[in-house]
Amino acid sequence: MSQGTLFDKVWDAHTVGVLPSGQTQLFIGLHLIHEVTSPQAFAMLRDRGLKVLFPDRTIATVDHIIPTDTRARPLVDSLAEEMMQALEKNCQENGITFYNVGSGNQGIVHVIAPELGLTQPGMTIACGDSHTSTHGAFGAIAFGIGTSQVRDVLASQTLALAKLKVRRVEVNGTLRPGVYAKDVILHIIRKLGVKGGVGYAYEFTGTTFEQMSMEERMTVCNMSIEGGARCGYVNPDQVTFDYLKGRDFAPKAADWDKAVTWWTSIASDRDAQYDDVVVFNAEEIAPTVTWGITPGQGISVDEKVPTPDQMPEDERAIAEEAYQYMDLLPGTPIVGTKVDVCFIGSCTNGRISDLREAAKVANGRHVVEGVKAFVVPGSERVKQQAEAEGLHEIFQQAGFEWREAGCSMCLAMNPDKLQGRQLSASSSNRNFKGRQGSASGRTLLMSPAMVVAAAVTGQVTDVRQLI
Amino acid sequence: MVSEVKSVTGRGIPLQGNDIDTDRIIPARFLRCVTFDGLGAQVFADDRVQMNGQHPFDRPQYQGAEVLVVNANFGCGSSREHAPQAIAKWGIRAIVGESFAEIFFGNCLAMGIPCVTASAATTTTLQERIAESPQVLVNVDLETMQVTCGDLSAPVTLADGPRSMLVNGTWDACGQLVAQAAQIRTTAAKLPYVQWSRAAVS
Repeated sequence: MSQGTLFDKVWDAHTVGVLPSGQTQLFIGLHLIHEVTSPQAFAMLRDRGLKVLFPDRTIATVDHIIPTDTRARPLVDSLAEEMMQALEKNCQENGITFYNVGSGNQGIVHVIAPELGLTQPGMTIACGDSHTSTHGAFGAIAFGIGTSQVRDVLASQTLALAKLKVRRVEVNGTLRPGVYAKDVILHIIRKLGVKGGVGYAYEFTGTTFEQMSMEERMTVCNMSIEGGARCGYVNPDQVTFDYLKGRDFAPKAADWDKAVTWWTSIASDRDAQYDDVVVFNAEEIAPTVTWGITPGQGISVDEKVPTPDQMPEDERAIAEEAYQYMDLLPGTPIVGTKVDVCFIGSCTNGRISDLREAAKVANGRHVVEGVKAFVVPGSERVKQQAEAEGLHEIFQQAGFEWREAGCSMCLAMNPDKLQGRQLSASSSNRNFKGRQGSASGRTLLMSPAMVVAAAVTGQVTDVRQLI
Repeated sequence: MVSEVKSVTGRGIPLQGNDIDTDRIIPARFLRCVTFDGLGAQVFADDRVQMNGQHPFDRPQYQGAEVLVVNANFGCGSSREHAPQAIAKWGIRAIVGESFAEIFFGNCLAMGIPCVTASAATTTTLQERIAESPQVLVNVDLETMQVTCGDLSAPVTLADGPRSMLVNGTWDACGQLVAQAAQIRTTAAKLPYVQWSRAAVS
């Protein structure tokens, strides 16, 4: 059993008590809600005559359904409009702060909470969205929940949970040029599997993560869930503190020094005990691309689609399903695979540093004719910053569309969708069958720089040849 | 409204495959709703169209089934409770599988649906037995922790906490959680950041 880790310390500090079932009643420091998984939770509260216990500990925005071209109201999709109105009404009636479209603070929930300084070390954070693990980058325990649990948090600011085990995922060394945080997490998932993390929190540690910016750490923690781990975190350090200082909701004045002291104290002890430890070498990681229908089906861009005899027996059935669905032949190089759509954005890779890296590759090049390419900033603030730096002009001159903030084609609950069997190069997080809005659409996950490389060549290309 | 779930008996339905994700269980376009009503008809919508009537959820012999038998890592991906809601509204009351994704498992628990795990051999045999004899009843017993189907009987597992919540009828935790309001406020008051953020907002 783990001891002395950040996970243990934060868990203990937030424990309200032990329920008769033996589960822990855990206080949730920050609750984030959006339009998709909250309306039914508010309805359940109304049915039971319950009120929101801590309205100032819940923050709302709209991201999944919002169109990224025109956002004029009423929304063209009447179902989406109904969801918008439900969220507006629920927030208003319950005294919850709502960052609506045009507020300057709207965006993907996992992009806005960090940029506003709401996400802080040592917190417990829950949201009805599996990519809540993103916030672990700050040294928080952050995880996704379902709608009944959203109800529980609204009503009690707590959840009934069983404690997770802790796996130390250590990566040491400096990433080679053209290799990004996205490649690190795709590599980890490839090696540990999509269910390897079930029952665990992942502590990402080692010199590679120490050298990463907060946005890179967010990319890594974001995809913990893709490896089966409901939450992943990085211990807070000077990089974390520097990122937070001065942000809207960050502690101010005398509170700042107290905060840094507390944040430092909740990091894992040097002699902390873990339930499991795995170690990787950063220098062995190459630009990584998925070829299949789970995020664990990834390879280095210079490798070939694996053949069944190269994989464990229990992975062969899903591999066969993947060859057929993706229309890729085992034993053929992934480089050269023709792409139809290129998407840069999402809670994984829709932050300003992602757009800067993508713009570097796009600068002076042009999207190949017949390929649709678009960039969706993760938030209104990211969009504003990118425009201040002129990134939108670089993208537009290169033939990319420049959009408004939202989840866009990551999950295609809005007008951004694949058509038919289109194949997309995507900076998002899931390559599941049908994920990007077409029941037969296909997705290759990769870093934003690799997405640009695909867009300007029309095929999967090793970005190292372009930088 | 909360009831004890000690045992579930009903006809079975086998669904083969590892890593069946929640996007497949309920594609995102069906999440454009403000209630869970009507999701039962849309469960596995795209898979069912592609299998052209041959998907287990479409096959006549499995209509009315109540115990779903799956393989490994069932329900991975998105946290959408719409996925177990769709399965439940189709008629499923218990799921037996080799393993489950964690958020999916938690969502099922909060709805009073047991997700019990069994060995790969047991789940595969169970799927075969149900396919051979779809009318035979499957029983998932949370007190003896056994699954039975005809003359087949095998152990299943479920962690003590969730098992206790189901058997004792406390799987809907909301009431229990709310009842601790005083203790919740005490815990909150001890957390340093609760004070800081108030100061920052004002």
